Amino acid sequence: MMLSKGLKRKREEEEEEKEALAVDAWWLEPGHPAVAQAPPAVASSSLFDLSVLKLHHSLRQSEPDLRHLVLVVNTLRRIQASMAPAATLPPVPSPPTAPGIADNLLASSDAALSASMASLLEDLSHIEGLSQAPQPLVDEGPPGRPSGAAPPSLGALDLLGPATGCLLDDGLEGLFEDIDTSMYDSEFWAPVSEGHKPSPEDGPGKEEAPELDEAELDYLMDVLVGTQALERPPGPGR
Amino acid sequence: MGEDTDTRKINHSFLRDHSYVTEADIISTVEFNHTGELLATGDKGGRVVIFQREPESKNAPHSQGEYDVYSTFQSHEPEFDYLKSLEIEEKINKIKWLPQQNAAHSLLSTNDKTIKLWKITERDKRPEGYNLKDEEGKLKDLSTVTSLQVPVLKPMDLMVEVSPRRVFANGHTYHINSISVNSDCETYMSADDLRINLWHLAITDRSFNIVDIKPANMEDLTEVITASEFHPHHCNLFVYSSSKGSLRLCDMRAAALCDKHSKLFEEPEDPSNRSFFSEIISSVSDVKFSHSGRYMLTRDYLTVKVWDLNMEARPIETYQVHDYLRSKLCSLYENDCIFDKFECAWNGSDSVIMTGAYNNFFRMFDRNTKRDVTLEASRESSKPRAVLKPRRVCVGGKRRRDDISVDSLDFTKKILHTAWHPAENIIAIAATNNLYIFQDKVNSDMHRGRGRTAFAGGCLKPGKKGFTATNHRKPTRLSALKFTSFIPGFNRAQSFPRH
Repeated sequence: MMLSKGLKRKREEEEEEKEALAVDAWWLEPGHPAVAQAPPAVASSSLFDLSVLKLHHSLRQSEPDLRHLVLVVNTLRRIQASMAPAATLPPVPSPPTAPGIADNLLASSDAALSASMASLLEDLSHIEGLSQAPQPLVDEGPPGRPSGAAPPSLGALDLLGPATGCLLDDGLEGLFEDIDTSMYDSEFWAPVSEGHKPSPEDGPGKEEAPELDEAELDYLMDVLVGTQALERPPGPGR
Repeated sequence: MGEDTDTRKINHSFLRDHSYVTEADIISTVEFNHTGELLATGDKGGRVVIFQREPESKNAPHSQGEYDVYSTFQSHEPEFDYLKSLEIEEKINKIKWLPQQNAAHSLLSTNDKTIKLWKITERDKRPEGYNLKDEEGKLKDLSTVTSLQVPVLKPMDLMVEVSPRRVFANGHTYHINSISVNSDCETYMSADDLRINLWHLAITDRSFNIVDIKPANMEDLTEVITASEFHPHHCNLFVYSSSKGSLRLCDMRAAALCDKHSKLFEEPEDPSNRSFFSEIISSVSDVKFSHSGRYMLTRDYLTVKVWDLNMEARPIETYQVHDYLRSKLCSLYENDCIFDKFECAWNGSDSVIMTGAYNNFFRMFDRNTKRDVTLEASRESSKPRAVLKPRRVCVGGKRRRDDISVDSLDFTKKILHTAWHPAENIIAIAATNNLYIFQDKVNSDMHRGRGRTAFAGGCLKPGKKGFTATNHRKPTRLSALKFTSFIPGFNRAQSFPRH
């Protein structure tokens, strides 16, 4: 977490610098070429960061302003399309391998940006409780992921679906998807080494660094989301 | 309703620094009733204040029809949705008056989730002389009653009573942005970001969903509903606007669910003005039918547009509200000002349109002469009966003495809500927590001296399709409009209910 926060701060500083540039251009005559149409390379990058920040901020609201959110997302798509004209922009990202926006951004941006986006998504996932977020951090999706895995995909707007649905609207499932599971997340991460997970292979006194590989991540996420019952022992390495 | 002694809302007037604003006092909607006699305002604190126009008095010719506080009441309270752990704001998003059908006045007021029907009645007489009760209402000692009397209605100080008659709740998942009363006076509609519901004014436990643009997968959401209104004459027609700048005219006779529009009004994007913010600035923040019912007025971030219902391809008129902001869109995006939702208004004869801007400026456009004016709503420029001076924003080049430069505009002073009296040149402007009412002094003098030439009523006139009613009101010439202020910067926090 510390690392991601550091990354974010750095990104903000960088964005401030770029905004200063933008502000300077502001004072120029309207006819000035620098102002007329901001050079895509410079403006887009800071605009991109700004839009991502706005999106993040909007999603963090308990009840996001839908209009604001939709406009920011659409603007972000435009910016992203202009930054990477070669990359295809799928209108509907295919579930369940990756959320639409995050995936495209990662595909087309550099390592630093992708790392910060990843941390952003991780934060979002902890808040919203849709815990498939760690998935897009690694380029290869896990094989054999059941296609029926819980919420179909993680586009920014899908995070809204359950949260803004009401009892009348989405039924009982809508209620439970809303619950913040970040509390449970921390419980699962920490005491892994204490051997909470039953395993026929492990001895009680076995000491291991609490490394979790991808398969275990998958398993834990599925448990949290409710598609898996907590009976199957985790994979090798325990 | 009880008088408000809520100290939370009292703005201490000895604080000369006018930048101190109690958030609850920020005006969030302004609406004249159908005759213009009453003016209702709603604020962020869930309060509604109604002003009434004083009848013109020969004794005081200067206070010709000024507005005074008529009633104040708490319409909505903050609520907590325990299921979703969310607070529902009490801010009044919209007020719409019902056409008056008896001595009482009625209005609909709504916050994000719940619409309420309020009935406003006057009481100016009370019965006196009961046989069994004394003046305070206590039962009399029967031995003291020696004769019978008939209770008599005696005049009393006018009391305005407000009561909630209907509460239309649980109809909306998303935030309500508009309500509109149908010309049939029996139904009304309410619109949120994704759905529009039709209600019957007498029935609160159910509503009909007439528009639903929610996609099956929320991830596919790219457009929301931003405003909607019923046609003023045709009770089956209504229009709704979207965040992508399109208008959809729907006919309720065509289908129960009006997802398929009858007409789609959309202007193709201007390629020379294309930017990353094109969509945001095209988002329509308000749509209003003209009084005639033939046109629609829309407001997006930089322009107001007049659309002819018979032409879907593009608006018939486009007016630039503050085009000097076009080069500043990036900064306005950064500080979120680009998302501000300005309203727009027609004058009674549909010849002048008005909308707000920044720096407490508001703009008027004369459709006939194509002239426009920028005026300011502020304490300094609104001494009682002072004529408003036109303002100018300079963008470089020659600068006149009183011009404001673009860079010194105050973007925190935004005029989002404005209203125009249905018949006369009286306008109400909400500037944060202040309500300004301006009247066109010149025309009203004409009005008194030479008869009602400026505001004639409608008359029947033969036309190709038989008799049609035409509005013979003389179109207002903008140059003749000189607005004076007779309520200098009315500060709502000091308002008191009338009694």
